[in-house]
Amino acid sequence: MTNDARSEISLHINGTTHRLTVDNRRTLLDALREDTRHIGSKKGCDFGQCGACTVLVNGRRVVSCLTLAVAAEGAEVITVEGLAVNDELRPVQEAFVRLDGLQCGFCTSGQLCSAVGVLAEHAAGWPSAVTPDLSPDQPHRPLDADEVRERMSGNLCRCGAYPSIVRAVLEAAECEEVNR
Amino acid sequence: MNTHPQVLDGTGAEISGLSAPAIGTPRTRVEGRDKVSGKARYAGDIPIERLAHGAVVTATIASGRITAIDPSATLASPGVIGVIDHRNAPRVDPEAGSPFFGPDGQLQLLQDDQIAHGGWPVALVVAETHEQARAGAERLRVSYVEQPHDIAFSPGHPAARPALSAFGPDANKGDLDAELAASAVVVDESYTTPAQHACAMEPHVATAWLEGAVLRGIDSNQAPYGIAAQLATLFGKPLSDVRVQVEQVGGGFGSKTGLGPQLILATMATMLFHRPVRVALTREEVFLATSARPRTDQRVRLGADRDGRLRAIGHEAAFEISGKSEFIENCVEIAKTLYAADAIRTRLNVVPLNILPVASVRAPGTAPGSFALESAMDELAERLDMDPLDLRRRNEPEVGPVSGLPFTSRNFQLCLSEGARQFGWAGRDHRPRRRREGHLLIGTGMAGTSFFTTAFPSSATITAEQDGTFTVAIAAIDIGTGARTALHAIAADALRVGWDRIRLRIGDSAIGPAWQAGGSLGTTSWGWAIVAAARDLLEQLESGPALPVSVTSDTTEEIMSRPHRERHSYSAVFAEVAVDPATGEVRVRRLVGRFAVGRVVNPLMVRSQLTGGMIMGLSIALQEEVVRDEVSGRQVNADFAGYHFAANADVPFIDADFVEDHEPDDPLGMKGPGEIGTVAVAAAIANAVWHATGKRHRELPIRLDRVIED
Repeated sequence: MTNDARSEISLHINGTTHRLTVDNRRTLLDALREDTRHIGSKKGCDFGQCGACTVLVNGRRVVSCLTLAVAAEGAEVITVEGLAVNDELRPVQEAFVRLDGLQCGFCTSGQLCSAVGVLAEHAAGWPSAVTPDLSPDQPHRPLDADEVRERMSGNLCRCGAYPSIVRAVLEAAECEEVNR
Repeated sequence: MNTHPQVLDGTGAEISGLSAPAIGTPRTRVEGRDKVSGKARYAGDIPIERLAHGAVVTATIASGRITAIDPSATLASPGVIGVIDHRNAPRVDPEAGSPFFGPDGQLQLLQDDQIAHGGWPVALVVAETHEQARAGAERLRVSYVEQPHDIAFSPGHPAARPALSAFGPDANKGDLDAELAASAVVVDESYTTPAQHACAMEPHVATAWLEGAVLRGIDSNQAPYGIAAQLATLFGKPLSDVRVQVEQVGGGFGSKTGLGPQLILATMATMLFHRPVRVALTREEVFLATSARPRTDQRVRLGADRDGRLRAIGHEAAFEISGKSEFIENCVEIAKTLYAADAIRTRLNVVPLNILPVASVRAPGTAPGSFALESAMDELAERLDMDPLDLRRRNEPEVGPVSGLPFTSRNFQLCLSEGARQFGWAGRDHRPRRRREGHLLIGTGMAGTSFFTTAFPSSATITAEQDGTFTVAIAAIDIGTGARTALHAIAADALRVGWDRIRLRIGDSAIGPAWQAGGSLGTTSWGWAIVAAARDLLEQLESGPALPVSVTSDTTEEIMSRPHRERHSYSAVFAEVAVDPATGEVRVRRLVGRFAVGRVVNPLMVRSQLTGGMIMGLSIALQEEVVRDEVSGRQVNADFAGYHFAANADVPFIDADFVEDHEPDDPLGMKGPGEIGTVAVAAAIANAVWHATGKRHRELPIRLDRVIED
């Protein structure tokens, strides 16, 4: 097999379609960063261990460093650049800034995409490893700090902004509850 | 960039229409909006025309030499532009190094066939894309002759020798042996800490290119000016022909203070192939080829009277280094200054091994050193049957215990009392293994520390523009500390104008000499230079000159003319843990820290920095450890699945706050909050684990297998 096989693909990123010819080895992360200039997604490990590259693919959280670009063809990809609506920050982005849920900022794009995923997963009733009662007829419980810590643990932050991240996600959850 | 951060009140709500002073006011980060919307640009994010990519090949042996490198398969690989190894690499200056530690062998990349540690870069493959470079690197055939390596660290190693004394001589106060003999209670224990990595989330990355005679670099680092100076020396260029820039840095924690392999290799590649070249280290290469905190072995001897008064403090520490680079892991700093005692003796030895060079990782020296000293203090309190908080209250020195110099401001006792009050320390039963919740054992512990502070010479240039704004330029860098926002506030106050009239320019070596984001003294040192330049500029403006007017000021003379005094930050840390004796799991439930870190420029960010520092301390206590394979000599856990640090679910409620403090010999009253948060936490947690279980942990990390009970 040649090491340099290429494919023509279409990627739908933040509502825009990009037609690309990519090396088949190209990850979604590199296609975002190098081919379509979505530099917000970061490469912290390229190994699926740090979460800095987290994006939403068809609404689900994925680590884009472990996703081949060719495998994302046709999917709806949302990156950190696509979280704001008409240049207006989402509540969770605004809360990250106000509560200082970041320091160096390198993990922040992944944290934010992950947080948006967490809010959707929780709203859809998905349990986590710390959800106390998994029986199907449980009433919807609001997110608490333990749930956020657990659900956000795929995103490492070496600066140690975790406590502020938890507060920011809880505030955003409250905001979304109110909006619903 | 949006330079209009929100001003917050004490509850975190936004205040609008607030005017100066900017210092002391909580403000959100200047670049906060850019960081949450993906617009902030880090070193690997800046587009460059005709960019080529370099992939590093690292040594698979820990000692020996290269016998052959066969690049034929690599050169035949698609997209490969060339290979650099020791046979064709540009020659560099063997004297290049750092002002503190002299010539630095780790800068001598690709200069000869010798291998002194596993992971040493032996070649760079340059290609059109990074996939092609990586594929080419995997095809490079490197043959070695292996020699026996030595990675076995012990303080009694035959090659052990005294460390450099650049950070001060050994302490030799009084007669340690006599005071120990006269003590009612003695502790004599040894403590060990493993090698640890900084693990900044952004891997080291650099792009280099030539613009005429000028070598340009975009590099993820903590010291644009210092690194440009090192690069110039290394490649024999005048400093005016080297320019290093960076906008955002994704963390450093010490690992980006020196000239890194990414920039050296990118420079060599652009010299040979006449293309801009980016070298982005992989996460594994960051572990294998950028510096770590060394292993330490520390013997602490304490002697005290029955009432807890210290007679003797002996702290003898050894740490590992590579044969290539000197370093001082100053584990014994605190023993010289934190407590009064009749006799104080410190020793600091190094053991050269076949390991990667060691260098600063957040709170070098004090993080492992405080674990030893403050664990020993807890053991002393135990043997005295005394409250460990009281023990620390009884040994407050009037002047520097070894130096005899006065303290500028010493608020250790305030940290202890405020922390204890907030934590609810009073009424603690000091006997171990008394509290249970179901099958869990509960314990509390505390520790304190000092942290050396000063300021380093820097220069700043301020221009009074015609439109009434001020351009403030300094070769500072914000690695996540909040320096950009803090310097903006300092400039506004120093020039006595509102926030909006300041334009701040940082992150460019061409601006002029400036200290690094290191030693907890970046913002302190840069802030002083801005104050000096503002003072000189305002003086010039009094005569009403035609604008623009620029002034450059340098703080070297002011800083050097300060009197010799004991200058330190202080902290007290309190921890509560729950231990499961069946699984060995230690969960930290609460951490409370009180800090005397001088004047606080931005309370929001300083709290964040202290909290983050404490979280790193928690990781050091329970998780972090480089594991090396004795057979290959290589690190086996060179990724985040093997090298653990705290994830969100590991981090409990943390209360980090500061007490009123002021450094009289600094124009802004500042000290520096960058590293002290990381210190004292490991000892506080270890002491809490003893309190919960009755077992002393003198070896970090406090792993499950070390805690589990039969």
